[in-house]
Amino acid sequence: MIDALTVRNLSYDYAGLPVLADVSFSTAQGEFFIIIGPNGSGKTTLMKIMAGVLRCPDHGPLIFGKALNRYGRKELARCLAFVPQSIPADFPFTVREVTLMGRSPHQGILGLERDRDMEIVEQAMDFTEMRHLADRRIDQLSGGERQRVFIARAICQEPKIMLLDEPTASLDLSHQARLMDLLDRLKRERGVTVVMVSHDLNLAAMYADRLLLLEAGKVVCIGPPDQVLTFGTLEPVYGCTLLVDVSPLGNFPRITLVPERFKALDSGEVSE
Amino acid sequence: MNDRAPSLMRRVLAVSMLTALILAVSIVLGISLGSTGAGADFWSWALGKSKDPVLEAIVLNIRLPRVMMAALVGAVLSLGGLVFQALLRNPLAEPYILGISGGSAVGAIIGILMGLSRFPGVSITAFAGSMATLALILMLASERSILKKDSLLLSGVMVNAFCTAVIMFLVSMTQDSRLHNIIYWLMGDLASADISQVRIIGLIVLPCVALIFGLSHAMNLLLMGKEMARTMGVNIAVVTLTLLTVTSLMVSVTVSACGLLGFVGLVIPHLLRLILGPDHRVLVPACIFGGGAYMVLCDVLARVLPQQGEMPAGVITAMIGAPLFVILLKRSGS
Repeated sequence: MIDALTVRNLSYDYAGLPVLADVSFSTAQGEFFIIIGPNGSGKTTLMKIMAGVLRCPDHGPLIFGKALNRYGRKELARCLAFVPQSIPADFPFTVREVTLMGRSPHQGILGLERDRDMEIVEQAMDFTEMRHLADRRIDQLSGGERQRVFIARAICQEPKIMLLDEPTASLDLSHQARLMDLLDRLKRERGVTVVMVSHDLNLAAMYADRLLLLEAGKVVCIGPPDQVLTFGTLEPVYGCTLLVDVSPLGNFPRITLVPERFKALDSGEVSE
Repeated sequence: MNDRAPSLMRRVLAVSMLTALILAVSIVLGISLGSTGAGADFWSWALGKSKDPVLEAIVLNIRLPRVMMAALVGAVLSLGGLVFQALLRNPLAEPYILGISGGSAVGAIIGILMGLSRFPGVSITAFAGSMATLALILMLASERSILKKDSLLLSGVMVNAFCTAVIMFLVSMTQDSRLHNIIYWLMGDLASADISQVRIIGLIVLPCVALIFGLSHAMNLLLMGKEMARTMGVNIAVVTLTLLTVTSLMVSVTVSACGLLGFVGLVIPHLLRLILGPDHRVLVPACIFGGGAYMVLCDVLARVLPQQGEMPAGVITAMIGAPLFVILLKRSGS
């Protein structure tokens, strides 16, 4: 089976400042792939290149074996959807209107909706549990609800690959769980390849099939959570003391931050 | 596959028809009012009950072109405000506030002083002026900071101040009988419109308006941010550049004909967005007809209010628009 998304020897710099250096990886179809790494490691840049927002003349990513640059704009939009980190929501569109926008790669220039488009929109709102808020304005929703609208919109593109840049940032715990479960269902029920950037190592450990750890634009390691999320790989990258054990929930790692006052215990010295 | 018309199409048609009706009523009102032959005289002539060659000449040669011009200018300026508000993601953007109108006025005055004809000479210098200010504004308020309301406003105020200075400089340097005309024209003068002018402007504006309507859904998608719009298949560079150029072109054409009519592009898009929601496929036609009607009515006030003579229509639009601007500024700040 062709890989959904392949990045080969990708290097990228902003005005001479290298952001990504020789990054290579690929994600299988129907995989839940999470990119982790400290601030400034190039996660968002990598995401934008994969989404086609940042253009990369050579060594661009391959989408189902075909170079991203060789896709037409709408053709790409029917194959790959992107939920960016910050989305302006200051214009008073309703949830249904925003969701319907996701149909535009399948429509003509004026985006006139057909019955089929409306069916898909209703389904997407059901899937993301937003149906009851269909006529609410997006500028009146909570952060978690708004994020689900943008995912419903992405679902309407009927993509095979969905890219998300830190979708759980600034969400409370229940909204985080709800969103991750939603993405998990998207993968299981619709076979969508989900690629996301996350700062939350524990969420990554619980949901990802495979992880990519990025540091200063370079790949540190790629693999299933129990291989990537180890004490040995994380501590040098994040530069802080961490406790890694097995989650009581199942066979995946659990990462705990170790505060300063416990570090003495860690190194064997008992203070006071 | 689809046996019924999309509900959006029906909504666009309904809104267009309603706003067009309002425009039609305003136009009739505009034609029927004036210092001579208003009211009963006009209606008996209009309904064919009496013949009055003087009134006929006044209506057909003076009032009709003036009202048509007002409708055109109102449509162009409202649409201009709508487009700039969407592209700059700034509810306060408007051709006059941004300084685009000021820039084309400078261009137009240079054209007039050079002794060029109004068409195409002055229109071309006006267009050059508006494109120059547009470039200046986009440079001053860089990509990122233009999203901020205040930085856009500040650069607009500066551009306007500079344009006003240049205009006053040029006016002071000439000892010319055209001086009075220029100052009067600056405040937004619809009185000098004639029918051939209306026809030319109409011919230039029509394709611009059609193009903007064609890109109205792309404007909706752009409101979701450039990144999201791009991944939904919008060609950002082409859409943005086309909209900016087309809008500047039609604004400068109307400015070179009628001078500076401020805040029209603020009042109408906001009012219509409040009533109709943010969908540009509905707002574009609504702004065309609604903006036209608004301008015709402002011109009627400008003609009817003074005891003697009339005032420039720009006085009325500014007196309505400027307070609204302050309200919007206060609300967007909180």
